[in-house]
Amino acid sequence: MKVWLDKAWRGFLLGLMTIFVVNIGLMIAAVATSSFARRWLGTWLPDGWTTSWYTAAWKEFQLFDVLLVTIEVVFAVVFLALLIGVPAAYTLARRDFVGKRALMLLFLLPLMVPPITYGIPLATVLYQAHLAGTIWGVILANLIPAAPFVILVMTPFIEQIDQNLESAARVFGASTGRMFMHILVPLLAPGILAASLLVLVRTIALFELTFLTAGSDSQTLVVALYYAVFAAGVRAPQSVDAMAMIYMAVTLVWLLIALRFVNPTQLVSRVKEHPQHA
Amino acid sequence: MMSALARTPFDRTLLLVIPAAAFMLLLFVYPFLYGLWLSFNPKEGGALANYHHFFTTDNLWPTIWITLKLALPATIINVGIALPIAFKMRVKTRYQRWVTTILVVPITLGTVLIAEGMLLYFGPKGWLSQFLQFFHLYEGPIRLTHNYWGVLISLVISGFPFAFLLILSYITGIDPVLARAAATLGADSRNQFRHIYLPLLAPGLAMCFCLAFVQAFSVFPSAVLLGSPAGPTRVISIAAYEAAFEQYDYSLASAIAMVMGFVQLVIVAAVLSLRNLFYRGPVTGGKG
Repeated sequence: MKVWLDKAWRGFLLGLMTIFVVNIGLMIAAVATSSFARRWLGTWLPDGWTTSWYTAAWKEFQLFDVLLVTIEVVFAVVFLALLIGVPAAYTLARRDFVGKRALMLLFLLPLMVPPITYGIPLATVLYQAHLAGTIWGVILANLIPAAPFVILVMTPFIEQIDQNLESAARVFGASTGRMFMHILVPLLAPGILAASLLVLVRTIALFELTFLTAGSDSQTLVVALYYAVFAAGVRAPQSVDAMAMIYMAVTLVWLLIALRFVNPTQLVSRVKEHPQHA
Repeated sequence: MMSALARTPFDRTLLLVIPAAAFMLLLFVYPFLYGLWLSFNPKEGGALANYHHFFTTDNLWPTIWITLKLALPATIINVGIALPIAFKMRVKTRYQRWVTTILVVPITLGTVLIAEGMLLYFGPKGWLSQFLQFFHLYEGPIRLTHNYWGVLISLVISGFPFAFLLILSYITGIDPVLARAAATLGADSRNQFRHIYLPLLAPGLAMCFCLAFVQAFSVFPSAVLLGSPAGPTRVISIAAYEAAFEQYDYSLASAIAMVMGFVQLVIVAAVLSLRNLFYRGPVTGGKG
């Protein structure tokens, strides 16, 4: 009876996963098919195939400019988030000081508060500073969840590093800056890579904050895609689908690169190899 | 862990935290406080006029329930399904890496692409309804877009990979020695889960629940594209957006944003206090 229940449970889980994966796969396939379809109305497959929607989308939505803005924003966010996040993570991992808990809370809150909640006051402040609508406004807004995320991911990585290495460098008279460059950064490279790729994927997909702060010439891909879908009907649905495929290709490439370097199980805590058990 | 340096009169390492802290104060705390102040300075009326307006207007205060009715089930489904699957995936097998990768890929889709895909796939002429009609499984029209269910499904699709990833990394952080000790005492897989893993996971699960809930609670693009933003899926973020960028009433918009943050914090506090009912302590085994 117990064995039977176990089998049923395993089958149920497998079925659930299969339904989830198959339906999402078909959903993506539907968008892909539509983006290559000449005309597709209520049949299994479209009447004919064409790639013209991609060229149309490229021109109509000024995708080149949008992609350029996206790349600029994303790389600026990753760079700045690492620049301020890694040193902060180092201090939090190594030192105990008065107000540390309050500081941790300060870095955790942006991840715990819905982006719209602080996005709207933030947009107001950025408009007053004449930063909203510019690419800098978008970068600053995207940094708010990105910097705490780097701190959260990097702290366990730093805790793993043997402190004696730092002490040794100190004994030989290295300053904090030199110690960072010659000891910590090389040792932390896998963690930094993991954090930057995750921030990169998250920033490409982050909609709300960009949407609230972007102007017409500082839109990232995801916001441009939203406007394209929102105004559907004005344009051929296939060119919106072509744009959606371009969006997915961009994020997918980066996620696959990320998964190549980061074991998804390694994000929050250190992994112990689990032995095969009976 | 204290090094000799930490005991010197002033530890310059502490300076390293200043750029990040200053940034957060300037761009997170200041706008937040400014928004709070703004919400008490309405265009007209007394200090509480915005909040009074919010809780007495028929298309504003119900947005709280509409949002909760979407966000709570979505979060419970996501965490509830991710937990047993992550528990199965904790064992390192040949498939582990492949299955986790496939389950995580939907993160890249983003809410907008999911909305577009769902409109096509679940739509009246989409593959799903064609399939069901072809095999005579279900003849009626499928209504999975432009209503409550469309938004809920999209929240599950976009939220599940994240919840799964987070729970998986918490589970793999638990020392398997503990479970093996239980197994020696005769506990089967289910009992190991109930008496070893679940109590140790409680803090991680609470964290995961909160983070997944934030995502679902601030649902915006899918509620517009997949729901019926005028009626049953008029979520609170739509109300806040309309106040800010269609009526240009930043004061009211800030008030709505503050209500939103408050509801969020109430849920987080409830979840974290539930967590305290469980065991707290190390997740690694002793030398023994």
